[in-house]
Amino acid sequence: MLPLAFSVSELAQQVVFGLAMGGVYASLALALVLIYRTTRVVNFAQGEMAMFTTFIAWTLTENHGFGFWAAFFVTIGIAFLLGVGVERIVIRPFGHASHLTIILVTIALFVVFNGAAQWIWSPESRAFLGPFSAQPFDVGGIAIARQDLGVIAVTLISVTILWAFFRFTKLGLAMRAAAIGPDQSRLLGVRVPWMYALGWGFAAVLGAVSGMMVAPIVFLSPAMMQAVLIYAFAAAVLGGIESPVGAVVGGLLLGVGTTLLGAYAGVTPELELPIAFVVLVLVLLFRPAGLFGRVIVRRV
Amino acid sequence: MRDAARWVGYAVLLVVIAVLPFLVSDFRASQFALVGVFAIALIGLSILTGYTGQISLGHGGFMAIGAYTTAILSTTYGLNDLLTVPIGGVVAGIVGFLFGFPALRLAGVYLALATFALAVIVPSVAIALGDRAGGTAGIILDLPTSPIGALSPDRWLYYVTWAIAIVLFVVAVLFVRGRRGRALRAIRENELAAVAGGVNLTHYKTLAFGVSAFYAGVAGSLYAILNFIVAPGAFPITLSILLLAGLVIGGAGSFLGVLAGAAFVQFVPLYAGDVMGRVTDAAQAVRLPVGDVDPTTPGVPSVVYGLILLVVLFAAPNGVAGLVRRLRGKLRIF
Repeated sequence: MLPLAFSVSELAQQVVFGLAMGGVYASLALALVLIYRTTRVVNFAQGEMAMFTTFIAWTLTENHGFGFWAAFFVTIGIAFLLGVGVERIVIRPFGHASHLTIILVTIALFVVFNGAAQWIWSPESRAFLGPFSAQPFDVGGIAIARQDLGVIAVTLISVTILWAFFRFTKLGLAMRAAAIGPDQSRLLGVRVPWMYALGWGFAAVLGAVSGMMVAPIVFLSPAMMQAVLIYAFAAAVLGGIESPVGAVVGGLLLGVGTTLLGAYAGVTPELELPIAFVVLVLVLLFRPAGLFGRVIVRRV
Repeated sequence: MRDAARWVGYAVLLVVIAVLPFLVSDFRASQFALVGVFAIALIGLSILTGYTGQISLGHGGFMAIGAYTTAILSTTYGLNDLLTVPIGGVVAGIVGFLFGFPALRLAGVYLALATFALAVIVPSVAIALGDRAGGTAGIILDLPTSPIGALSPDRWLYYVTWAIAIVLFVVAVLFVRGRRGRALRAIRENELAAVAGGVNLTHYKTLAFGVSAFYAGVAGSLYAILNFIVAPGAFPITLSILLLAGLVIGGAGSFLGVLAGAAFVQFVPLYAGDVMGRVTDAAQAVRLPVGDVDPTTPGVPSVVYGLILLVVLFAAPNGVAGLVRRLRGKLRIF
């Protein structure tokens, strides 16, 4: 597209679409941050777990007559149980194994969930009807897709609920404590292992939200979350892997950035990701702990 | 006594490697040659990740650099393809060495992301270069030929690959010996303490990156010659991840471990579907209510592969090499 075709309303549309995609990246990035803070490991299976639960939502609407929102909330419950179950059954037995081993365990889970989805639902992509109509919204003469606004709203709501949970509830406090000082928390009566399992549960819920939001945009398929996972990983690292705020900001920046690159810089889709990564690595060179990360001072 | 047993073990292994291609078909020989290719890449990865503790999710990218170097030099410039193997290694090694400088500033997940970026970028750059690098379709190399009449091309390449693998393994063993090896391990254990102890971080980290990438580049060149096609799709991100899996499964620093890891990378994805058939057959034999599963159903091999990976990681958290050490401690065979 040539710069001549530039118009303010189109720019606004692109930015809103970018924010919607960014919201999807941000939810999954937040899920990665949640797990990283407790186990110091990037969960490579996060995207595939999200994809798997989105297929469950699809089955509920398609075969069991659920409406979208009913399926949405049932799926969130299932995702929570799935996350807790995966932590208790698969991750826990590896206890004190090295980080590299646990990373590979999550990679193995990635392969298993991806294969299971292909096995159960076939590898084809299919339409997934979202709750938001395609009808545009008129904001001051600029037509903005309802779907994009809906995705942004759902993301913001789920992130806010999570933040409030961690900030204002006793359980949230216990989870934060368990992540920061597991031994001290245990002495104070926090059941640390269960806090970790809950963390996996909440991460799976965030993943499910991002999956159900992105499926109407990119079609539902076993491969749909792989690109999202890469962007989410990038967003989480860009924000500083331990910072929830950083993950959200990183996700939104990446969403808007790649959308605008595609729309105005004539960047073809296969080059969007590499360019995003080059920028990202450059940012990291100047801020090695990400935008919102702290540089940790260690005693030797 | 124990040393003698070890040398006997190595000798037996060498004999097995030497006679293997004559016991199996040409097709199998070429598969075993690929095991050698992955073994070379894994030796390189174990220098960087195993010894120096720098996680790389980008070794598929270095392999791609070696492969493209070989493809372009042998088709566009008409060089003998085997001569391009060291060049492919050196080109990848230089890229790796240079990559080591920005990597100095990054650690842990940040480094993992930066190396991951490399694995994402290299195939895309090849597409973006268009005709010069064959675009999406890739570059087709000449069919391999054998200079020795008695050997089929597949068997010839098998010997070439394994000869290179064995030489490079010995080089790696010498490389991580003594002062240098201690410096690399010190970096892995605690970077700050290593620097305080007088280890030149810049020197050793960039060196480890360079050498490791050289190995991956050589592996990539051989990979190109063996497959006689180089395309962006041959170096997906999953290749880098599979290599890391091979390293952890093998356990760093032992030749046996590297062989086990390389065999895992090559064969387990190929035969995962068959394993499913065996398992359902066995379950039916003991009258479990299990239906037949068509192993060609999409997804079935992946499920099996992932489960095998989980079981192996659980049974051998320190890799096959660690498992052997543990068993040896119990059984006192050697």
